[in-house]
Amino acid sequence: MLLRVEGALNKVFGNDLNPFYQLGALGFYLFWVVTVSGVYIYAFYDTGTGDSFDSVERMTREQWYLGGVMRSMHRYASDALVLVMVLHLLREFILGRYRGARWFAWVTGVVLIWMLLAIGINGYWMVWDKLAQYSAVTIIEWFDWLPIFSMPMASYFAYTDGLDNRFFTLMSFFHVTIPLLTLFMFWIHIMRISYPVVNPKRGLMWGMLLAMLVLALVKPALSQGPADLGIEPGSVGIDWFYLFISPLLDVWSAGQVWALVFGVTLLLGVLPWLPARFKQIPVAEVSLENCNGCRRCVSDCPYEAVVMRPRSDGLPFMEQAVVVPDRCVSCGICAGACPSSTPFRSDAGYVSGIEMPSLPMAGLRAAMTGDLAKLQGDARVMVFGCDNAADIAKLRSAGVAVLSLPCTAMLPPSFIEYALHEHRVDGVLITGCRGNDCYHRMGGQWIAQRLDRQREPRLRGRVERERINQFWASSADFEALSVELESFRVGLRGLASGQTETGKVDK
Amino acid sequence: MAKPLQYVGQGLFYALFFGVIGYFSTWPTYTYLQPDDTLIKLSFAHAAQHKEPCRERTPEELAKLPPLQRKVTTVCPSRERADVVVELEMDGKQLYHVVMPPNGFARSGTSNIYRRIPVKAGVHTLKARLKDHIGEEFNYEHEETVNLAPGRILVIDFKSATGGFVFRNKNTTQG
Repeated sequence: MLLRVEGALNKVFGNDLNPFYQLGALGFYLFWVVTVSGVYIYAFYDTGTGDSFDSVERMTREQWYLGGVMRSMHRYASDALVLVMVLHLLREFILGRYRGARWFAWVTGVVLIWMLLAIGINGYWMVWDKLAQYSAVTIIEWFDWLPIFSMPMASYFAYTDGLDNRFFTLMSFFHVTIPLLTLFMFWIHIMRISYPVVNPKRGLMWGMLLAMLVLALVKPALSQGPADLGIEPGSVGIDWFYLFISPLLDVWSAGQVWALVFGVTLLLGVLPWLPARFKQIPVAEVSLENCNGCRRCVSDCPYEAVVMRPRSDGLPFMEQAVVVPDRCVSCGICAGACPSSTPFRSDAGYVSGIEMPSLPMAGLRAAMTGDLAKLQGDARVMVFGCDNAADIAKLRSAGVAVLSLPCTAMLPPSFIEYALHEHRVDGVLITGCRGNDCYHRMGGQWIAQRLDRQREPRLRGRVERERINQFWASSADFEALSVELESFRVGLRGLASGQTETGKVDK
Repeated sequence: MAKPLQYVGQGLFYALFFGVIGYFSTWPTYTYLQPDDTLIKLSFAHAAQHKEPCRERTPEELAKLPPLQRKVTTVCPSRERADVVVELEMDGKQLYHVVMPPNGFARSGTSNIYRRIPVKAGVHTLKARLKDHIGEEFNYEHEETVNLAPGRILVIDFKSATGGFVFRNKNTTQG
């Protein structure tokens, strides 16, 4: 279902601008929109029981064209941030991108949920209108349930003169410090990934900003009348993205809502380790005698799981690669980057500088050559694919051999050359996750750059480009992949019969 | 897909995305108090009497003490205080009853109460009673007929120093 929706969005936006592929980056972007608009609003905000409402109201009415728009942008970007955050969480969960070494980003993301909600609730109180009054009283009553306060804090909200200006000074302080802590938490959230995407593509940024601006003008954010602690509002227009806990407290007791909050947090927190049957293949291992410290594996690892350390074995190189097992997701991209993975090596001692113990390069070469030897007929094709994308095993036929890898970027480009030149296949089809949606983040990008000779290890210039096809297909795109393969084979037959048709290189 | 169609599709996506945001940022409106309802809030802190009565030191006892300790003339065998019991009746029917233990490990602090009680608006006779000792009888009582306007919050406070219950934020008082 999700893949179908994303497929439709790919048609509308293209893979580059598909918002679902940039939910994390959109979160960062919306946070900055909230920050910039918030700084502007803050310049006009006064702290005080009457001043807070009046200052916000004055700004909204008297300079609706800027202050009012900024206030609306502040609200709608905050709401969009929650929506994007929920979609981001659901997507990573549905696609299984939270297990193994990815637990760190997942767990820190769970913490961010509550931090963002706290900022939003706190922000609503600063307006000090009827909605703020309702939210403040219910949330404070909820906190009073915890056995940590000797005096119920809600009693300060029982009297019309119970609050003084310092409350709003405190709220302002929180509304600056919690976002700063949240920004710090954002940094921690992406700490264990390389090349984090924190800015969405420009087209998407403009699209979001423009749509937000339209909403701000069509439905400006307004206050709901000044708060009066002597009068219960009774009915309020709720921002359901942030303030949903307050109505919930009418249905459930404070204890039940706390149990829900702790239960959901705990469940989300332990999710990366559930169910226990999830097993990751063994992590990458470095073979020092085959490692020359070239750093390509460090450069290509999407999870900062390979680091360089001073040489320890006496060989005449400055550094050696070292795998950090806790961060390795066993994608094999490092092995695909290693220059010693080339299959043009003798059988004796064919070990790469960095290998997947359960899928060594010698084993992959043997599996590939075994398959290629069985191929019959014309337009013989070797298909390299990814375990997390379309199932290429179903493509196997008399004229088609397949080899599925944990990530397509585990494939050293020299394997393509090896298949074409040493085994005389007519063509090589590379497939994997959809463009910009690699299960292992960077795999699709790295392999494309390697084949375009923009990234090491590069595909050598002597390889006939028209015999290579890249087609990116998720598990929902198998039919399209089958059609593409057949079309590719037709093209290869044309090449064989001397026609000039060229193969497609990128989709 | 043709470019114009793509732009239309993108526009529809943004419209849907921000349509959802625009809608749920204020709607549906949440009503938690019906127009003919109002609220009574019981909100106060009160330190009950000690469980065991304190007594004044005799002049002889004071004379035996070092001069610096003679300022404390009251002796309490135990710091523990009694529970505070509060009852609220409306038009002769019990509306609320609570037994509040004192705060603190030694149960020597104040008993705190904060409760929201939704009631129908209108003219009502309210009777509040409080007991802060180990005996049976309520030692504070206040009865008043009030006109509770819809949505207007009547706060029932308690200050023993000024005689007991105080009904605040009343609309109209009768009797």
